Amino acid sequence: MKSLAELEEIRKKTLEQISLRKSNDGMRVIVGMATCGIAAGARPVMTAFVEELNKRNMTDVTVTMTGCIGVCRLEPIVEVIDKDGNKTTYVKMTPEKAVRIVAEHIVNGRVCADYTIGEADK
Amino acid sequence: MQLYRSHVLVCGGTGCTSSNSEKIIAEFDVQLARNNLQNEVKIVKTGCFGLCAEGPIIVVYPEGAMYTMVKVEDVKEITEEHLLKGRIVKRLLLSSGHDAKDADEASSSLENSEFFKRQMRVALRNCGIINPEQIDEYIAYDGYKALGKALTELKPADVIEILKKSGLRGRGGGGFPTGLKWDFAAKQPEGKKYVCCNADEGDPGAFMDRSVLEGDPHSLIEAMAIAAYAIGSDQGYVYVRAEYPIAVKRLQIAIEQAKEYGLLGKNIFGTDFNFDLEIRLGAGAFVCGEETALMTSVEGHRGEPRPRPPFPAVKGLWDKPTILNNVETYANVPVIILKGAEWFTSIGTEKSKGTKVFAVGGNINNTGLVEVPMGTTLREVVYDIGGGIPKGKKFKAAQTGGPSGGCIPASHLDTPIDYDSLIQLGSMMGSGGLIVMDEDSCMVDIAKFFLEFTVEESCGKCPPCRIGTKRMLEVLERITEGKGEEGDIEKLEILAKNIKASALCGLGQTAPNPVLSTLRYFKDEYMAHVVDKKCPAGVCKSMMKYVIDADACKSCGICAKQCPVSAISGEKKVPYVIDQDKCIKCGVCMEKCPFKAIFKNV
Ligand SMILES: Cc1cc2nc3c(=O)[nH]c(=O)nc-3n(C[C@H](O)[C@H](O)[C@H](O)COP(=O)(O)O)c2cc1C
Ligand code: SF4
Ligand code: SF4
Ligand code: SF4
Ligand code: FES
Ligand code: FES
Repeated sequence: MKSLAELEEIRKKTLEQISLRKSNDGMRVIVGMATCGIAAGARPVMTAFVEELNKRNMTDVTVTMTGCIGVCRLEPIVEVIDKDGNKTTYVKMTPEKAVRIVAEHIVNGRVCADYTIGEADK
Repeated sequence: MQLYRSHVLVCGGTGCTSSNSEKIIAEFDVQLARNNLQNEVKIVKTGCFGLCAEGPIIVVYPEGAMYTMVKVEDVKEITEEHLLKGRIVKRLLLSSGHDAKDADEASSSLENSEFFKRQMRVALRNCGIINPEQIDEYIAYDGYKALGKALTELKPADVIEILKKSGLRGRGGGGFPTGLKWDFAAKQPEGKKYVCCNADEGDPGAFMDRSVLEGDPHSLIEAMAIAAYAIGSDQGYVYVRAEYPIAVKRLQIAIEQAKEYGLLGKNIFGTDFNFDLEIRLGAGAFVCGEETALMTSVEGHRGEPRPRPPFPAVKGLWDKPTILNNVETYANVPVIILKGAEWFTSIGTEKSKGTKVFAVGGNINNTGLVEVPMGTTLREVVYDIGGGIPKGKKFKAAQTGGPSGGCIPASHLDTPIDYDSLIQLGSMMGSGGLIVMDEDSCMVDIAKFFLEFTVEESCGKCPPCRIGTKRMLEVLERITEGKGEEGDIEKLEILAKNIKASALCGLGQTAPNPVLSTLRYFKDEYMAHVVDKKCPAGVCKSMMKYVIDADACKSCGICAKQCPVSAISGEKKVPYVIDQDKCIKCGVCMEKCPFKAIFKNV
């Protein structure tokens, strides 16, 4: 170890990897993973979220799962909760949609309105 | 770099390792692979969470769900339900201690459980959070930043000044101010000096130092390097008992990693400060925890105490100025350097700053490690954090300070615990063992237990300790066997006074404490043994009898068949009787009698 800067670099890099062990107030992505969700293809959707966030180094976003949300016909369902607690529910998700949600909603804060539950019921 | 969406922390402390956590880790690897989750979920082996009695402990992040008493068979369910489908396995959750009314009240997050909520983790800050075998994880939580700061921004005298201001006192027993100790050593003429760590942890029932070594070994390395910088040393030794194989291995790994990163060795942080660290294994004799004996042992001789002065700060290892501190003392140092003396002094009481780790055991629901601010009351530790006494029994006393300490009776449950209040109560902080005793404990028997320990561990160098403690034990044995004589209590008091005044080292000087303190608070119990030949708690076997109630006995003969020494005789229609001379008081007959006709007579 030659300098504090070098130490700081290791600190930052590792903290990113383990930050999910600290309670954090960043955005949360919740994937419905009950039986119907999994049958409808929730797993590839979740994997897509994890990979996409990984690519972008977005460590303050946590991806978790939940049980049945109750609208099985619209599965896979994903909820995105932002820092202020606002919830957006996306339905009939696909891995492709997940990539766009990361880019637009999570990175830039613009809700992808065409994927949301309100849109699907129109 | 690989990011995972979930981390599964599996406790790899000694407690959980012995309850099979290694196998659980292996099973997770299998189950994760089966469900194709190995790139999403990471398994991390950590140090002790402090709840060993509930082990093996597993915590799943990001939810922070804490699973307790996990069996290898449960891993499949955790994987398929929680990790795959996101449904927390409720039946394995830590119940929120004594007041868990139903399963739904069980806390799903470890931060919310009574056990953790009331604690304040400074020395144990990383235990159960980082992987102790990965230096990067320690660095992620500000590890080695304090060393960096000390070397690049502070002069050695500044470091000592911060320590002095912080009011940090030794956590290994005596409570000597750490900054002052360092200052003595720093003021010695320049030349070879040594930094030592006492990880002997001989107090029966104590395991906080082991937990730091197992869960956060780098904090010790960092602190010792800071100490070396402060006093002008370049060589350190950690004296660990060989009975701590996991701790030794983790420390070894940590030292190697620190060397690889140049955090040990030459020109640390590009300065001209050099520091090396070696482990010395102790054979686990209690007396080797005493500072002069420890140093003699590090030098490779038989661990026997020597008279002080000269104090180690002047003449220690190989007659060079040496400082010796306890593991927990060191674990506080990096945080103090980073957060400042003022932050530290804001915690605790007037003369005892910061926190203290206690290993809570005995008759208590949550046995384990707790770290609380100094000044926390015994009641909070026993009832709020410890979950109270099992089976609704009453609290009788708590023993602190192990074989050198004493007991605190129920009337002092609300005394804030710190160094000075414990001394006033006739006990001491010691290293932090805290053994809770319920109403069924016999205080004379407890005193005997600790004295047996000291007699066994006395090194034999000086007569007051070698012979005096043996004499005291003989008196106690007599009393507990119902053969106590008038004047025995006075005899104990005189012996105690003389041993305390004339023994050479701390072991002998403190050995009478458990007897003196039980005499102080429970003299009536001693009297009952000596005068009435009764053990009120029904513990001392020779004073207790098993008797058959002639009216209740149905002469079934079951007890006579079960008695291992054929002490019971009788025949049909006549009540059975126990021959007290033959009876060995095993209690089997009482347990087996279908008519509850056999009683313990105290
Ligand atoms: C018989 C005896 C046993 C001791 N055992 C230990 C021990 O296991 N661990 C420890 O840290 N200190 C132990 N001590 C206290 C040490 O002598 C010494 O005071 C302490 O390690 C200094 O560190 P501290 O100032 O950080 O507490 C023991 C003392 C005596 C008299
Ligand atoms: S007091 Fe006991 S342990 Fe200490 S030197 Fe004397 S005999 Fe040995
Ligand atoms: S088992 Fe109970 S009832 Fe039967 S003989 Fe013994 S004391 Fe009497
Ligand atoms: S206590 Fe044990 S030894 Fe004594 S009478 Fe009962 S069974 Fe026999
Ligand atoms: S060893 Fe696992 S909680 Fe202590
Ligand atoms: S080994 Fe049990 S608290 Fe750590």
